Amino acid sequence: MALHKVFDRPAALTDALYAYCPGCTHGIAQRLFGEVVEEMGLIERAVAVIGSGCLSASRQVFNFDTVKALHGRAPSVATGIKRAHPELLVFTVQGDGDLAGIGAADVIHAATRGERISTCFMNNATFGMTGGQMGPTTLPGQKTTTTPDGRDPLLDGHPVRITEMLAMAQGAAYVARTALNLPTNVIRTKMAIRRAFETQLAGLGFSVLEILSACPTDWHLTPVEALRWMEHMIAAAPLGELKVPEGRAR
Amino acid sequence: MGERRLMMCNEVVAEAAIVAGCRFFAGYPISPATEVLEYMARRMRQVGGTCMLPESEISAINMLIGASATGARVMSATSGPGWDLMQEGVREMAFLQLPCVIVDVSRAPIGIGPSQGDYFQCTKGGGHGDYRLIVLAPATVQESADLTRKAFWLADRYRTPVVVLTDAALGHASEPVSFPERLEPALPPKSWAVTGAAGRRPNRVNTEDKAGLGGDSREIWGGFEAFIRELRRKYDEIEAHETEVDSFLAEDARIVVVAFGTSARVTRTAVREARKRGIAAGLIRPITLWPFPSAAIAEMAQRAEAVLTVEMNTGQMVEDVERAVGGRTPVRFLGRQGGVVPSPDEVLAAIEAAGLPVREGVHGAAQGL
Ligand SMILES: Cc1ncc(C[n+]2csc(CCOP(=O)(O)OP(=O)(O)O)c2C)c(N)n1
Ligand code: SF4
Repeated sequence: MALHKVFDRPAALTDALYAYCPGCTHGIAQRLFGEVVEEMGLIERAVAVIGSGCLSASRQVFNFDTVKALHGRAPSVATGIKRAHPELLVFTVQGDGDLAGIGAADVIHAATRGERISTCFMNNATFGMTGGQMGPTTLPGQKTTTTPDGRDPLLDGHPVRITEMLAMAQGAAYVARTALNLPTNVIRTKMAIRRAFETQLAGLGFSVLEILSACPTDWHLTPVEALRWMEHMIAAAPLGELKVPEGRAR
Repeated sequence: MGERRLMMCNEVVAEAAIVAGCRFFAGYPISPATEVLEYMARRMRQVGGTCMLPESEISAINMLIGASATGARVMSATSGPGWDLMQEGVREMAFLQLPCVIVDVSRAPIGIGPSQGDYFQCTKGGGHGDYRLIVLAPATVQESADLTRKAFWLADRYRTPVVVLTDAALGHASEPVSFPERLEPALPPKSWAVTGAAGRRPNRVNTEDKAGLGGDSREIWGGFEAFIRELRRKYDEIEAHETEVDSFLAEDARIVVVAFGTSARVTRTAVREARKRGIAAGLIRPITLWPFPSAAIAEMAQRAEAVLTVEMNTGQMVEDVERAVGGRTPVRFLGRQGGVVPSPDEVLAAIEAAGLPVREGVHGAAQGL
């Protein structure tokens, strides 16, 4: 019986090693981007704008054009690229500190303008790269290096529900939240990435996809425990499509 | 030569940018630079370019990063507070080696009168790390047109941000101007730009890859050091080839005045008046504030009795002048601040006093005038 390959690395990804900790789900998202870009035939048209944080390692993994943005500024950089070259597929990859914190103004205004870009918001409820401080989306009660007794909304404020805020923006056409904790959710994430890109290429407006991601290292959990812990994140911020382009069925 | 028109300097730098092929502008309103944005908003529509008015100068400079990364010629214009906010992005462009032109119509930190208080920030760098910006300082509206056009060429030639530094007085001045079609020498295509990786390997705009760090490099720190040294070599090349200076009656001058931009205009009048009174005064006007024309100043200073620096700040460029002169000739300073332009009479008085011995405890004979 002849052997044939059933699983391969997408052509949209290089063979560089993944730079993430064991059990980190950032790498899954990175692979999904590669698969979708390849399947949609966009390797020669795609430009990823990569924010600060652990995902900045994806610059060496994506096998298409990339630009590294300053912390939080990816939506503005993407705007410049897209306005100069409207035929490109332009998407950002940003963490929660990047997008919901330092870059909140950039993303809200890009959404409000209806900028034809897609934004991928990798939410792991902490600053991964800098060692697990409280981030804008850290859950109440969650322990971090800067909330050693758990986030207390009275002291530390509430988590920001940026995706809900973005769904309210008139220029936002597609807004969804998915997670990488279960195989079914991984498949849904891939479908959502595709819908975000389709929304952009159809010129319908801004698209944003929040992807809940595990950070076992900074959560101080094993990879399996971390996937389970993500249920808390899902309970606080339900998965699904918050907004789809008008006239298109959910 | 194109036809001559009467135009405001702020509109002139915008038109010159369009003549130079700028097709992406992003700016946020601020006096006294707003007219550049408003002019671009009108004109970019006509020439098929893009003019963005985002939520902040931070966003504006980052939009420039994106558009410049695609190879477009890009510009922004701002003044003090906005220029402050742009520093992070401008520094990033220096490191990413992305070309851009920024017009800084400088204003006093309190109020919006003309000032040259941004000299340090422009020439010494307002962001972290080791980088330089080319800084061009026009003194007339026509020169603003010519230097803006040249700024785009320099930015592309050296892949670096270039600042055109004017101020509230010059920015709002109207003078006759023409936009000659004279073009700078051709430059190689921007093979590094991100335009979709069709028919080539992917382009990556980030400092790591520019430092030669591929996928799994173990030579991170050595790579970064080599990259910074490479940048420095580029700056050496700019210093060697692009230093520009203008002089007026300076060849035989006994009192050499150093001034740029608006204060140089005033000084020109004062120098002419001094000559009428029999004082051999002359003006050296740096056109590039960085690279600074140290050699030209040192040479003139050697033959002079005194050097006088005139600025609209408390003494920023005078430090570079002193360094160029190297203690061989006394250096005096006249500065006005807070949006005040020195009058020709004041400068004349300072020229007359420059050759006299300095009073005890006073930095420069003209101080306190
Ligand atoms: C202006 C600025 N401030 C701080 C930093 C340091 N920094 C690097 S990554 C990061 C946080 C990243 O967190 P997040 O965006 O949530 O991404 P993650 O690492 O969790 O994937 C910070 C604060 C920076 N690069 N720039
Ligand atoms: S620190 Fe967290 S987010 Fe970063 S690579 Fe490790 S597990 Fe992933």
